[in-house]
Amino acid sequence: MIRFILTKLGLLIPTFLGVTLVAFSFIRMLPGDPVELLAGERSVSPERHAELMAALGFDKPLWEQYFSFLVGILHGDLGTSFSSKQPVLEEFFVRFPATIELATCAIIFAALIGLPAGIVAAVKRGSAFDHTLMGISLTGYSMPIFWWGLLLIILFSSPDMLGLTPVSGRISALFWVDTETGFMLIDSLLSDEKGAFRSAAAHLVLPTIVLGTIPMAIIARQTRSAMLEILGEDYVRTAKAKGLSPFRIVGIHALRNALITVITVIGLQVGVLLAGAILTETIFSWPGIGKWMIDSISRRDYFAVQGGIVLIASIVMLVNLLVDFMYGLINPRILHRRS
Amino acid sequence: MSLLEIRNLSVEFETAHGLFRAVDSVDLEIDQGEMAAIVGESGSGKSVSMLALMGLLPWTARITADRMNFDGKDLLTISQKERRKIIGKDISMIFQEPMTSLNPCFTVGYQIMEVIKEHLGGTRKELEARAIELLGLVGIPAPESRLRAFPHQMSGGMNQRVMIAMMIACNPRLLIADEPTTALDVTIQAQILELLQDLQHKRGMALVLITHDMGVVAETAEVVNVQYAGQQVERQNVVDLFAKPQHPYTYALLSALPERATGKRLPSIPGVVPGLLDRPTGCLFNPRCQFATDKCRSTPPALHSKVLCHYPLVDGKPTNNHPGVSGPGSSGQGSSGQGSSGQEALGGNV
Ligand SMILES: Nc1ncnc2c1ncn2[C@@H]1O[C@H](COP(=O)(O)OP(=O)(O)OP(=O)(O)O)[C@@H](O)[C@H]1O
Ligand code: SF4
Ligand SMILES: [Mg+2]
Repeated sequence: MIRFILTKLGLLIPTFLGVTLVAFSFIRMLPGDPVELLAGERSVSPERHAELMAALGFDKPLWEQYFSFLVGILHGDLGTSFSSKQPVLEEFFVRFPATIELATCAIIFAALIGLPAGIVAAVKRGSAFDHTLMGISLTGYSMPIFWWGLLLIILFSSPDMLGLTPVSGRISALFWVDTETGFMLIDSLLSDEKGAFRSAAAHLVLPTIVLGTIPMAIIARQTRSAMLEILGEDYVRTAKAKGLSPFRIVGIHALRNALITVITVIGLQVGVLLAGAILTETIFSWPGIGKWMIDSISRRDYFAVQGGIVLIASIVMLVNLLVDFMYGLINPRILHRRS
Repeated sequence: MSLLEIRNLSVEFETAHGLFRAVDSVDLEIDQGEMAAIVGESGSGKSVSMLALMGLLPWTARITADRMNFDGKDLLTISQKERRKIIGKDISMIFQEPMTSLNPCFTVGYQIMEVIKEHLGGTRKELEARAIELLGLVGIPAPESRLRAFPHQMSGGMNQRVMIAMMIACNPRLLIADEPTTALDVTIQAQILELLQDLQHKRGMALVLITHDMGVVAETAEVVNVQYAGQQVERQNVVDLFAKPQHPYTYALLSALPERATGKRLPSIPGVVPGLLDRPTGCLFNPRCQFATDKCRSTPPALHSKVLCHYPLVDGKPTNNHPGVSGPGSSGQGSSGQGSSGQEALGGNV
């Protein structure tokens, strides 16, 4: 098992280097630079501009900048955001819990609906439910997040319509909740403020739905197709031949095998989730890393952007590694082949 | 009353090319402690007919029968829930493919204990003890340590033993073994068959053995059903079947057996069992039958005669009644189509 992990990690190194290169060049390819954007309407003289750029270290040749970026990574130093003057790493981890909270709720929402829906569709293959579900999931899959978010806001939040949910932020400004864990749902429970948890939960509803829609559609479809295949397997027939209840046949014998595929699918959604989080957080002013990235990009905050991208990519890679692991754990055939 | 009585069982599949009759009017009757064999080449509907009995066919299957009784219960009208109480407990089935018939995600012990728990219940300790006992019974060495093994960690033969242990766990009164040894090595085959026979004798189970192997049939069975293209073409007790086959198909199977040796695979007869698209008119065996006549090609022999043939063999030999056969005492009525039905020919010569 340890050798398996090491090999996997070794394989990640080239990918990681690629990511650093992309992160490094992407932000520098955008027109404009941090000094210009900082200066804004007021123009700076070319001399002053060069002076400021040199102060930030952007006068050096690109390869040298890239090299010091890599060296920084090795030392766990991603530089300092020049808009906030805080270390990028710190900036990132201050906001990260907000994103995790949102993404976790979204994936739970997606799995809670997508899994059972996919299972039922497979068991009742060809039924009206099956057709409806597949139609809905196709729509969900191709739903433009921005449009979907605005639609839900109009429907649920606008006072003229339902007026049920708040539109932006993580909690109502009426509450003051100390940051303990960074997860608003938990922090609000820990605080003495009455109604804080309710408010935090209400703020999560729409972003969760918006972010969870695409993963939900994917999970439903993949669960259905995995289940369909497995329901035709010999061992499912054996389970029936044992006189087991349909619940055991589908929910234990078939599902356990289908989960091997489905967990992989869910794991692979992490990339989709983080990408979706960028848009979702922007729509709902959710103070997570997605919104931070967008803000940093518009400020041409080179260090924040390149550091942020590298961190996000590393998280995605780590989660994929974890998924590989889980795959081995729930699929005994893989587990034993390796040991 | 027989333990199991099946009358006129037919199974049709809905396919893209229309209905396909995989089983056509099959009968089967077996008593407590008896052993019946179903033989026939690949594609003759052996598995499908038994899967129909178990209620394990996919939803594309349409099952009809005049009667399907087990132990006084009518399996045709029984509810799913009641059927589940019988399946796996009183009737169980061992499948052709041991390697894919066990769930890869669960240990052998779990899969055995599960069926006992479902039908008989028991504490975890009792279940475990019983599972170990069963694994020992089917000849798995060191059963305690095997309990935690996964199917892929064991050989095909071992998996089939596990399958048997699982299916006899609730002391079934009828065990259906669908080519239990086809996927296994020759040496293992004999062991598994011996095990099944042994269990049958010791427990007084009824056993339906589906097989390709005439040698196995000769050694083990009491009654033999010969099936061809979904139809039951002949049904006899084993001694008579070998000595005096009546249907040309049985005859062909037997005469292709080298010295009728035991332990040999079913010999090949030229051609294959007709599938969905190449069903002939008349007798389904006619393209491969050495005695086929125009009548065979146009008129199907009557179902529910003892032998499904216009010209059954007599005393296990073709008579001069058969086309192309002329022997001493040929009375000149050799050619076909003179209205002599199988039954008349049989009656006239016995
Ligand atoms: N689900 C199904 N849908 C359509 N046709 C089927 C289905 N299952 C079986 N058949 C067809 O029914 C016929 C009989 O199949 P069956 O499996 O009973 O044969 P068999 O006698 O058991 O052969 P073998 O010795 O290979 O196991 C075959 O032609 C097969 O293609
Ligand atoms: S009916 Fe004719 S073709 Fe069919 S088995 Fe008998 S002799 Fe052969
Ligand atoms: Mg078969």
